[in-house]
Amino acid sequence: MSEEKHHIVSYKTHFFVLVALLILTTTSVLITRLEMGPLNTAAAMLIAGTKAAIVLAWFMHLKFESRLFLLMVSAVIVLFILVIIVTFFDYSYR
Amino acid sequence: MIEHRDDLGAKMGMWLFIFTELLLFGMLFLVYAVYRSMHPEAFKLAGEELDVALGTLNTVILLISSMTVAMSISAIQKGNKNLALALLGVTIFIAVVFLVNKYFEWGVKFEYGFQPGGAELLELGQGTILFFGLYFIMTGIHALHILIGIGLFIYVYWQVKIDKIHQTDYVWLENTGLYWHLVDLIWIFLFPLFYLIH
Repeated sequence: MSEEKHHIVSYKTHFFVLVALLILTTTSVLITRLEMGPLNTAAAMLIAGTKAAIVLAWFMHLKFESRLFLLMVSAVIVLFILVIIVTFFDYSYR
Repeated sequence: MIEHRDDLGAKMGMWLFIFTELLLFGMLFLVYAVYRSMHPEAFKLAGEELDVALGTLNTVILLISSMTVAMSISAIQKGNKNLALALLGVTIFIAVVFLVNKYFEWGVKFEYGFQPGGAELLELGQGTILFFGLYFIMTGIHALHILIGIGLFIYVYWQVKIDKIHQTDYVWLENTGLYWHLVDLIWIFLFPLFYLIH
């Protein structure tokens, strides 16, 4: 079903995806006003990550493409996270 | 006539290009993360200088343009050429509006002498200089991508218009859409990291 070569996403689905993204954007802006210390940045990144996942899944059709695409994207994200971790180890313990 | 096409291969090539872009911006985000961890207070104060309203507006319109591109692909798949053209037109318009907003936003920063090497900026601390340096480089490279996107969309619009891109052959539109979503994806992270620092 979802592996079908020409999966057509309905206009309605696209619209709801946009609404979800706009709600998350508003949340992100409003949350800035709360004093939560380092949690503010964590919350902002969590929301941005969720938005990115939604864009990748629906707008970029990862949800409907061959699993191979998802695997490739995941590999790049894991690589990027590893680079961040390694860099911060370097900076924290030098 | 037998057509030889490999849409899956074309899309995979586009994704590989997107990965190089993700790593390009990823490394800039890494530089940002390291410098912010070294100058947390300066980054916070400098971030408050940015126009949250304008940043939010640009976020919202970029998200809308992502939707119109995604919808134009659905429209072409359904064979609705006119709707696809209209949606592409809206996308191009929004992209131009984004750059106009950016022009005004940057203009104000230049007025205050906050551009890289600006006299006022150089009197401030190292953290502030780093923040604005990264701000101009990262939003600048992003804006360059928007500009390239506009060019691509004009080409795609024309290709749809002359029926080169149609119901059974639309991988060009799909790949341009992927590129545009990438530009949106990057902005999704740029926005909180620069405008919403707290």
